[in-house]
Amino acid sequence: MGDFPILTAMLVVPLLGAIACLFLDAKSARMVALLATLIDLALGIVLWVNFDIGGAQWQFTERSNLFAGFEYALGIDGIALMLIMLSVFLMPICIGASWEAITKRVGEYMCAFLIMETLMIGVFAAQDIFLFYIFFEAGLIPMYLIIGVWGGQNRIYAAYKFFLYTLLGSVLMLVAMLWMVNEAGTTSIPALMEYDFAPEAQTWLWLAFFASFAVKMPMWPVHTWLPDAHVQAPTAGSVILAGVLLKLGGYGFIRFSLPMFPDASAEFGWLVWGLSMVAVVVTSLIALVQHDMKKLIAYSSVAHMAIVTVGLFAFNVQGLEGAMMVMLGHGLVSGALFLCVGIIYDRLHTREIDRYGGLSINMPAYATLFMLFTMASVGLPGTSNFVGEFLSLAGIYQANSWVAFVCTTGIILGAAYMLYLYRRICFGEQKNADAAAMPDLSVREWLLLGPIAAAVLWMGVYPESFLAPMRSDIQILDARLAAAAPEGDAHLEIGEGAPVEGDMAEEERHEGEAH
Amino acid sequence: MDLTASLGLVAPEIVLSLSGLVLLLLAAWGGDKGARVISVAACVALGGAFALVAPSVCAGASGPDTVAFGGQFRADAFAGLAKLMIFAASGAALVVAPRFFERLDSMRAEFPILVLFAALGMSIMVSATDLVTLYIGLELNSLSAYVLAALLRNDERSAEAGLKYFVLGGLASGILLFGMSLTYGFTGTTNFGGIAVAVADGMSIGQMFGLTFVLAGLAFKISAAPFHMWTPDVYEGAPTPVTMFFASAPKVAAIALLARVSLEAFGSQAGAWQQIVIFAALLSIVIGALGAIGQQNVKRLLAYSSINNVGFILIGLAAGTAAGASAMMVYLAIYVVMTVGSFVAVLLMRDADGNAVEGISDLAGLSTSRPVLAWCLMALMFSLAGIPPLFGFWGKFVVFQAAVEADLVALAAIGIAASVIGAFYYIKIVKVMFFDEPADTVKGAADTPHWALLALCALLISPLGYLLTGWLGSLADMAAASLALAF
Repeated sequence: MGDFPILTAMLVVPLLGAIACLFLDAKSARMVALLATLIDLALGIVLWVNFDIGGAQWQFTERSNLFAGFEYALGIDGIALMLIMLSVFLMPICIGASWEAITKRVGEYMCAFLIMETLMIGVFAAQDIFLFYIFFEAGLIPMYLIIGVWGGQNRIYAAYKFFLYTLLGSVLMLVAMLWMVNEAGTTSIPALMEYDFAPEAQTWLWLAFFASFAVKMPMWPVHTWLPDAHVQAPTAGSVILAGVLLKLGGYGFIRFSLPMFPDASAEFGWLVWGLSMVAVVVTSLIALVQHDMKKLIAYSSVAHMAIVTVGLFAFNVQGLEGAMMVMLGHGLVSGALFLCVGIIYDRLHTREIDRYGGLSINMPAYATLFMLFTMASVGLPGTSNFVGEFLSLAGIYQANSWVAFVCTTGIILGAAYMLYLYRRICFGEQKNADAAAMPDLSVREWLLLGPIAAAVLWMGVYPESFLAPMRSDIQILDARLAAAAPEGDAHLEIGEGAPVEGDMAEEERHEGEAH
Repeated sequence: MDLTASLGLVAPEIVLSLSGLVLLLLAAWGGDKGARVISVAACVALGGAFALVAPSVCAGASGPDTVAFGGQFRADAFAGLAKLMIFAASGAALVVAPRFFERLDSMRAEFPILVLFAALGMSIMVSATDLVTLYIGLELNSLSAYVLAALLRNDERSAEAGLKYFVLGGLASGILLFGMSLTYGFTGTTNFGGIAVAVADGMSIGQMFGLTFVLAGLAFKISAAPFHMWTPDVYEGAPTPVTMFFASAPKVAAIALLARVSLEAFGSQAGAWQQIVIFAALLSIVIGALGAIGQQNVKRLLAYSSINNVGFILIGLAAGTAAGASAMMVYLAIYVVMTVGSFVAVLLMRDADGNAVEGISDLAGLSTSRPVLAWCLMALMFSLAGIPPLFGFWGKFVVFQAAVEADLVALAAIGIAASVIGAFYYIKIVKVMFFDEPADTVKGAADTPHWALLALCALLISPLGYLLTGWLGSLADMAAASLALAF
């Protein structure tokens, strides 16, 4: 690898693509965008392959004094690596999903998406707190345009709501950041993660950051921008919103709130738990009664994100690992579900659930893949979400069994609304002639859903590939939180598993038989 | 300090006044036919003054060597930096004006000369270290400005703007003079250094009144709330190049002047003026943001936007530190670029017959009919709203940083939360340009100087602007240091 600035390269490639797209016609803009995202995916794979698991905490670091007041400092740990991988993996799929659906102002559309990719990678790779803020906040501009120009009927309202809601959330965070930098005398995120702020100050700082991350996450009751934005955005916009942008909140918690303000995090644990419990139950119930497919999935996102927050604020390794896995899994699965919605929307131009039905007859391949993603969203073992949700809930059970109890109902309710959705769309009578006449997946659509399906199964069957890079980072975080972590009510003890002689013998006998 | 040294320090002002007088004679002799030549000559004069000021800024001139005429005038780095902005903004106004006025068949040779004299007045304002010098500079600028606002004699709105500006400006000058006379009466001096000595041990009621009236008079000049009422009307009525001039250069001059009065003359009594400045800052931010929401005219909207921005600049002043003054200068530099850019974009809004259109609804669908203009205007709007990665964010960032460092966290928090209200109307313009169906109003032909200026402004406020942060920051720091070291 040498000193090749791979993170900068990953930022620059989509940026150059974005500028090129502005000057190209529709056809070449699509090609350029696809090429740029694929190059970034390739760079991402190189990044992962070269990531030294168990090596230094911060790798691929780059530093340069380009600016006054903050540094151009990049670098990643395992957590950031995984989220960058998620971004670069979803981006080519987003471009592919827009291939035929977007016909007006293609160059500008692709430009907005590529800028979005640069900003997302920048958020995860930034090692300077103000550089992080710039990337974090800048994402508002392309997303505002994506929703507003290429969105659905009520796009203008949704674009405004998205922009102002998230802006209001993050400006207070900027003041908190300024205060922290003034206090600690450094803008470096790794240094700030080890700086001990006074407990009283932590309370205020935590609240300011919470205002921003809770909106991004989004947590109940500040989630209301999400259903609007999701429903109105074009398919690829929804994929990127659900897949990556919602992860910014979780990433913020794990990178800022928890390590920088451990005492305040423990102090406000009840708040996060309470809001998450409400979110799981309320938004799941809301999802149950939706008639609009996209809205249903949007509300399910809020419920899944609540599982992330309880995992994060469980203050133990299982919870943190689980939260990360839910974020990755949800990024893939909700992205795939939005693509599934987009595929039938492109054919019938309605998101009304009742207009479909019995699609398993005329679109068997579609129904099979949709089934897989539905099951993954429910959290069936063998799929990505099971790993994360199980770990998250196991983590919170150690901290507070009641929270675990309420949040687990989310799994049941999740199964209810997802299976109900699936039944109404894919099973039953083919009551609408136009829906019954829809053709099955095209090659392009196979290429979009196939990789996600593979990743979902990979993550469900062998999650170690994804957990290994994050393990040491999560242990460091857990150690940082250990002093502040509230005492759990589960009083779990790691017992010595007493061997049962009879079983062992029986197993040996089985093996013998097999040979 | 002998006279030759003093004259050397005021060389830029001498260049401006001599060239102004010579050009005035030429204009009287040549009439309006030579207006273009005189514009070019005025630009050259401004360029010359710019070149004369630049070395002192780069060298961070400060100390007794910069004092001229026995303490009446100081050519330090702070004044120098402000002058650079003033000359650049005046030059921009001269570049864009001929096309605009020629289209209306009313290009007059007086225009460049008046701009030149206004620039001279502002140049004196920022260097003033005495209440009398301050007043001379201020009035020289104001009198030129009143005429400029009414330059389109046949246009009722322009005449109204001129009259309104004149009456209210006269009132403000009266308030300022009253404050100055109180200050003189209760301190026994008009010199800033002398005032600083007189108030060093606390302020009497009379001095307090003097300070308050001086600040009120200056607040009018920078159109800070609650003295902002004239701004929307004057900005709307005045010819667009003149509005661009009003929104940029005099703001720099009056804010630099305000900073000098607050930090030098009354620097030891920060508590006395800080609360006034904080009040004006927050009120300007909120009124600027709320007032803009219902506007239908782009120029009125930009007027409210300038009130809003002045509020943020005052936050830097409210910090009452060298860092705050430096932040203020950085913000001003970015603000001038954004303002010039926005008004050039307004100048480019013309219908098929070449007539200027100013309605926000005329911008509908601009992104499909005139994509380059729309993208530039979008960048300017997001920059004015302070959304990163555009460079406008940096101005807000430095002033809030200064406020937080000065322990004004609550001020910073309220100010930044109020900036979200402002974001609403900036993104409304983006919405009109990008989301709405095309109105096909704006289709006039393009002018090279306008496009060049717009491109330059767009480039400066693009993320590339961050590469300038180190250079701009060190210039502003040196300027602020020259101020803080004042005796």
